[in-house]
Amino acid sequence: MSQTKAQKLSELASVIRSKNAGPFELTFDIMFDDEQTYARVRASGILGAELIQRLYGVDADEVLSVHFFDAALTFKATIARPVASGTAGDSDVLGAQQHAPLLDVEIP
Amino acid sequence: MDELRVYAPTAILGYGYPEASLEEAKARSPHVIAVDAGSTDGGPYYLGIEPETIRASGQGSAMMEFVGRDVGPLLELACAAEIPLLVGSAGFAGGNLHLAGASIVFQKAAAARGLRFRMATIQAEVDRAHVKEKLRAGQIEPLGPAPELTEEEVDSAVRIVAQMGVEPFIAALEQGAQVVLAGRANDPSMFAALPLMYGFDKGLAMHMAKILECGAIAADPGSGSDGLLGTLRRDSFSLQALSPERRCTVKSVAAHSLYEKSDPMHIYGPGGVTDLASVGFEQQDERTVRVRGSRFTATPRYQLKLEGSKRVGYRAVGMSGVRDPGTIAHLDEIIEAARTGVAAKFSDLPPDDYLLNFRVYGRDAVMGRLEPYRGPLPHEVGLVVEAVAKTQALATGLCGHARSIMLHHGFPGRKSTAGNLAFPFSPLDIPAGPVYAFNIYHLMDEPDPLRHFPIEMTEVGA
Repeated sequence: MSQTKAQKLSELASVIRSKNAGPFELTFDIMFDDEQTYARVRASGILGAELIQRLYGVDADEVLSVHFFDAALTFKATIARPVASGTAGDSDVLGAQQHAPLLDVEIP
Repeated sequence: MDELRVYAPTAILGYGYPEASLEEAKARSPHVIAVDAGSTDGGPYYLGIEPETIRASGQGSAMMEFVGRDVGPLLELACAAEIPLLVGSAGFAGGNLHLAGASIVFQKAAAARGLRFRMATIQAEVDRAHVKEKLRAGQIEPLGPAPELTEEEVDSAVRIVAQMGVEPFIAALEQGAQVVLAGRANDPSMFAALPLMYGFDKGLAMHMAKILECGAIAADPGSGSDGLLGTLRRDSFSLQALSPERRCTVKSVAAHSLYEKSDPMHIYGPGGVTDLASVGFEQQDERTVRVRGSRFTATPRYQLKLEGSKRVGYRAVGMSGVRDPGTIAHLDEIIEAARTGVAAKFSDLPPDDYLLNFRVYGRDAVMGRLEPYRGPLPHEVGLVVEAVAKTQALATGLCGHARSIMLHHGFPGRKSTAGNLAFPFSPLDIPAGPVYAFNIYHLMDEPDPLRHFPIEMTEVGA
């Protein structure tokens, strides 16, 4: 068995993005180019609801869903927006710049 | 007919497209041109906007500049090739006022080119009394974490639109329309209407439509300002980028299935759901992807998605920058001083009557409470002060007072005693108009897919 060194998601994933899914939800996609990398990240058990809670400082009930989609080599998580899109107090109407904390997540 | 070609010129009408792509599409003899003209992505302002704001802000003329340039060549292609042009979610939000504005843009573009055609406009607003009736009958449910709907909320919405399915587009085509300009529509409707008229498989048609509605965003490299050609056959569909520098790849198309939604395996729409669980993507040639296996299942009840937006106040913003390291280090203290000072001066206002926000760009403005990073402070930050209140005058006054306190607030060790903020603009406080919130984002049972979508015919250029 080969020993891999820890790497950041930004080095492993080909797409890491966030976007509105309707005005009340924010959805994150982490996509991989090859099955091996995807399998390694999935098997690490790092990606999941707890990570999203910790990374974004949100409660368990604010994480609406987390899924792996093997066919698309993708991890997807959806949270409730802290402020609805475009109303008073929102800071990112399209939700397109909320992914950055995911970039530095370390995968063993 | 064994093959139906759908030309999707751009992600949103107004985003533009290269002339060469249009020429390439023309050479492929499409059977229909379809384009989405709107979205809820830009927030609740566009749906909520009131006529006086449109007049004051000149946004009607802005639409002419933004959308008008895209419309002319598409109308010309439709007329020359004698094919339909189907446009949904006119004027960005698809209310009656938006539709009327877009209709003027289309008629002016047609007149400028001497074009003649029969145009259907389809309204998409839903009567408030009807929504309340449905609410009382328990035939309305929230979509995801949308707020609870009450009759008061129905009344407070500026207007309510429903996303139409394919049926109103098909009805307009059957009545002889060549151009269909529709109010709020479910994004795939205008792309799937002609294929369904010709009896193509609904799962394939809806899946192809869902990808095409974003134009070349599903290509590699992606672009919202370029188009795709979709070719629907009886057992599959293919997607091809029209610009030589783009390609549709299995990865770019599969990735797009995940875009902007929480559940990538299903496409929900009026009347049914398209299941993508057994979809196969195949690289047909270097620039083309073939897709099979999308399955449509009708839902027991036909449901329409309703959207409503209400006005919650008026906004003023002040923008400035800070370069002094001492000021940057004391920003939280300066912001606190502004909050306290505003509360003292406007002590006649209940605290719930207004909102003050301070965003420190360079630190945590983009993510707000979601920001986990607390690193060393940058050498320069941007500051946006936002005030929201019941009137524009009050909002601008609140913003101005907060700004004046921040500008001159003294803190321990301060060296730059002439002022804490660098303003790029005069006026220092910018009245930004009304602020809205989505207050309806719900599904409503509706057995008749045509009921809320009256069709009106106009002979343009006659």
